[in-house]
Amino acid sequence: MKIKFTVQDPCQIVRKSFGDPIADDLRFVVKTLVGEENFIDMTPNKSNNYCCGGGGGFLQSGYVDARRQYGEYKLKQILATKADYCITACHNCHAQIHDLAEHSGANYHTVHLWTLICLSLGILGENEREYLGPDLADVAVYGA
Amino acid sequence: MSSETLKLGKKKQSIFIDKVKELLPEGGNLGLCLTCGACSSGCPATGLEGMDPRKFLRMASLGMDEEITSTPWVWMCTMCQRCIYACPMEIDIPQLVYYARSAWPRESRPKGILGSCDMALRNDSCSAMGATPEDFSFVVEDVLEEYREAQPEFKDMQAPIDKKGAYFFLNQNSREPVTEPDEMVPLWKILHIVGADWTYGSKGWGGENYCMFLADDEAWEHIARTAAKQADELGCKVFLNTE
Repeated sequence: MKIKFTVQDPCQIVRKSFGDPIADDLRFVVKTLVGEENFIDMTPNKSNNYCCGGGGGFLQSGYVDARRQYGEYKLKQILATKADYCITACHNCHAQIHDLAEHSGANYHTVHLWTLICLSLGILGENEREYLGPDLADVAVYGA
Repeated sequence: MSSETLKLGKKKQSIFIDKVKELLPEGGNLGLCLTCGACSSGCPATGLEGMDPRKFLRMASLGMDEEITSTPWVWMCTMCQRCIYACPMEIDIPQLVYYARSAWPRESRPKGILGSCDMALRNDSCSAMGATPEDFSFVVEDVLEEYREAQPEFKDMQAPIDKKGAYFFLNQNSREPVTEPDEMVPLWKILHIVGADWTYGSKGWGGENYCMFLADDEAWEHIARTAAKQADELGCKVFLNTE
């Protein structure tokens, strides 16, 4: 299907907790799910990755314009990969990166890691596809 | 990079940075800045409110306590720690930001973060959206029942709450049970397929901790301890933080 994916390294589990080894694990899982040739990394990444701007309470702080301005770094990084999907393994990242696309009109989807794991295993039902784009919405629907 | 020139006023007594140094291991290296700017050049918060990490640290070092404990920039820094990662002297600027947050009167801190923290203190769920333990168990059981019936391969799937002796204690971001319950299911399915022995807790199931972002140490600790105590009382071996 030639759909391309990138992944956001969560600051919390990578830079602030387990470092590059868990970022490598994340890539192993993602590449296994989507195929090595369909994965495009952002630069910089892993422990040197930019925070998306969803952390530290920013999402609830009320400073919406500042949060989106902060997110410009991340938005540009994602757009530079030309990926169709950004995989987020963290809730705050998911909310922020999803909002950055909605607000800017960027053409990528933001998807939880668990959604892709279940999709790849063929066990993702029709009601569990909130964040998939039209290209994957009808692919391998469990129970259909 | 912010371009506004700092104007130093009359000599003030610097206390803030000294207090913070006392609290940090090795003083947080706060006095070691070489002013190289590696922190600011890779910080997405640089320029917001005319501030950046280097400027913030320098202002603290110069004793500009009033300015650094009142700038809203401390709520725009996510404390992601990229600055300390990039810093040749490993200066703990994020911790300085945290203490600057805690210098704000509690009621003046951002309403959204304050409200989410206070919501989590209302009951034992510690959910920033205020969902009660009863709300949570109702939603989990309802969704589980629906999926067991609709998807035969998962008719034996479990989503236990307070299962004694389960290996993994799992918490849950409130967003799913409160606003999009179907999104809880993919993770349940993965745990089912790999045969993981897991449980939620009726207490401390809320995965988010806005009291930490609020820099309210006492409330933050209350929430962390509520979840940890529940995991201990159930005899769980591993605490899985899904947040």
